[in-house]
Amino acid sequence: MSSLKRSQDPKLDDELKLQIGERDGIRDKLRKMCRDNHLAALSAIVICLFIAMAILAPVIAPYGEAEQDLINRLQGPSAAHILGTDELGRDVFTRMLYGSRISIAIGILPSLISLIIGVIAGLTAGYFGGAVDYVIMRVADVMLSIPSLLLAMVVMYTLGSSTVNLFVALSMTGWSSVARVVRSQTLSIKQSEYIEAARSIGVGKWRIMIRHILPNCIPSLIVLFTLNVPSAILSESSLSFLGIGIKLPASSWGLIVNQGRQFLFTQPWLCMAPCVAIMIVVLAFNFLGDGLRDVMDPYMQR
Amino acid sequence: MNGPELNAAAEPEIILRAEHLYKNYDIGRKDRQVHAVSDVSLSIYKGETLALVGESGCGKSTLGRTLIHMLPASSGSVFYHDMDIAAMSEKEFRPYRRKMQMIFQDPYASLDPRMTVRDIIAEPLETYRICESREETTKRVLMLMDAVGIPGEFLNRYPHQFSGGQRQRIGIARAIALRPELIICDEPVSALDVSVQSQVLNLLKDIQQAFELTYLFIGHDLSVINFVADRVCVMFLGCICEVAKKDALYKKPLHPYSEFLLDAIPIADPHRRNRKRKVITGEIPSPVDLPKGCCFCTRCPYATDKCRNERPELKDMGDGRQVACHYPLT
Repeated sequence: MSSLKRSQDPKLDDELKLQIGERDGIRDKLRKMCRDNHLAALSAIVICLFIAMAILAPVIAPYGEAEQDLINRLQGPSAAHILGTDELGRDVFTRMLYGSRISIAIGILPSLISLIIGVIAGLTAGYFGGAVDYVIMRVADVMLSIPSLLLAMVVMYTLGSSTVNLFVALSMTGWSSVARVVRSQTLSIKQSEYIEAARSIGVGKWRIMIRHILPNCIPSLIVLFTLNVPSAILSESSLSFLGIGIKLPASSWGLIVNQGRQFLFTQPWLCMAPCVAIMIVVLAFNFLGDGLRDVMDPYMQR
Repeated sequence: MNGPELNAAAEPEIILRAEHLYKNYDIGRKDRQVHAVSDVSLSIYKGETLALVGESGCGKSTLGRTLIHMLPASSGSVFYHDMDIAAMSEKEFRPYRRKMQMIFQDPYASLDPRMTVRDIIAEPLETYRICESREETTKRVLMLMDAVGIPGEFLNRYPHQFSGGQRQRIGIARAIALRPELIICDEPVSALDVSVQSQVLNLLKDIQQAFELTYLFIGHDLSVINFVADRVCVMFLGCICEVAKKDALYKKPLHPYSEFLLDAIPIADPHRRNRKRKVITGEIPSPVDLPKGCCFCTRCPYATDKCRNERPELKDMGDGRQVACHYPLT
C-alpha cells in the first residue's frame, strides 16, 4: 500500500498547511458569530454598553445618587431630568445608572458562581456515582426543596444585610438546579462509546470529565445561564423590597421598581424605566447565549 | 499473513494468555449473578488474528474488554508476556494500557462529536506525552491519517463531516497512534455497508503488517471472519466451545455448536435454496443459572446425561485445536 510507505517521512509542508487552514480559535468563532448572527452581535454590544454605563456611572450621571430636590418631586421626563424624578425629587436616570452597577453585577456574578459550583458538583456526582452522587444530590435536593427566596432571606438575616452577602445568598440558591442538569447529562454522556474509547486509551478521569463530558454539556449550560441572569436580578429586587437587600439611599433596578410601584397609576415612568432596562439586558443575554451556542456547535460548521 | 504457521518451527510467542477467567455481573440479589464469561482459557499469539465468534450476548465483547483491563475480572488471570495484569490496579496497569488498544463497533458513537479529527487522533499521543510540541503531535497525526487513508487536509474537520467508513478509519488511526502490540477489534465492520466493509478490512490487514499488530477480532459475520482470521475461537454462553485454525474449522467443525454456526452461513445460490439445514432447537439457558454440565447441552442434538451433568474441559485435539465437548464430531 503506497500510502503506508509515504507515511515513513512525515512532513508538514507549507502547501498542506495552507490546505488545512488554521483551526478556528475562540476569536474566529466570535467573529463568525458577529458576521452571521446580527442579533447576537447587537446583544453583545448592548451588554457591553450597559457594563460601560455601570462602570462610568459617576462620570455620566448628571446628579448625585442621593441628591434630593423636594420641590421638583415626581416630575415627568423633561430636559433637566430625562427620566423624571422620584418621590424625593431624586433624578431617576442617575439612580438607574448607579443601580445598574448592582443589578448587572447581581445578574452575572452569582449566576456565574452558581454555574461553576453546579458544574463541579454535577460532574463529580454523575461521573463517580454511588455514595458521592448520593451525598451531593441529597444536598442539592434539600436546597431545591426550600424556596430560593426564603433561603436567601435566611442567609441574609444570619450573615447580615450587605451587598457581598447578597451575592453569597443568591449564589447558594442557584447551584442546585445547575448540578441536576449537569449530572443528568453526565450520566448519559458517560455511557457513550467515545468515553469508553477515551478510557481504553488511558485518559485520566478528570481529563475525561473536562475534555469530553463538559464540552458536551455546554449547550444546556448556556441556556441555564441565560435563564439564571434575569431570575437573579429579580430576586435581588424582591429581597430589596423586603428590606434585606440593597438599602436606600443606594439604588438598584429592583429597588427603583419597588419605589415606583406606589405611583404606578399616576407616574408610570418611574416603574417603566428600570423594567425596560431589565428586559433589554435579559433579552440581550438570551440572544447572545443563542448565538454562542450556535457557533460552538460543531454541526453548524461550514 | 504471518500467522503462527509461518514460524511454526519456533514456538510462537504468546502475547496475551487468559487462565480460568471469569466475569460475573451482580444483579439485584446477592446470590444471583449473570455469568458473562465463565472459565475461559485462551492464548493469543504474536502477529496473528484471533477471531472470537458467537451469537449476540454470548460474552464476546465482555471477554475482549476483560482481557485488556477495561472491565475488572471476577477471578482468574490474564498474562501479558508473563505479567499478570488481571489483578493490577488501574494505576499499575497504566504502562501496559498503551500496548493494548481497541477499535469500536459503532463509528458514529465512538468519536467525540465536539473534537476535531486532529484532537481525536492526538488524544492518545497527548495522554502519554509522546511528542515534544504541538507541531510534532500534528505531524504524527498527519502521518497516522495518511496511514489509514484520510487526506491530511481534513485535519480540522469534525466527525459528523465524514462517512461511516471514514469515521472507522479515524478510529483505527486513534488505536494505532500509540504503536500497540494488541488491538481488540470489537465488530469493527458490522455497522458499515458491505461495500465499505471490505475496504476497512483490507486496511486492517495492511496495517497489521505495517505495524506488526496482533488482533483479537470480535465478530459474528462468518464471511468476515473467514477473510481476516488466522485462528477462530467459538464462544457460547460465556464458554469457549472450540478453538481452531480457521481453515480446519471451516472445513470440519468438531463442536456441535460450531457446526450449527457454520451451517447458518447463507449461500448465494438459488439452486441450493432448498438444501437441508440443520436447524438449532431448544432454548438458550439463562446466563444467570448456567446448566450444571455443558453450556450447550439444552440445544445440542447429541447431548447425553454426561453432557447434562459434567462440564466438558477444553481438550487438545492436536494441531493447535481445542474442543470443549465430551463427544466431538468426527
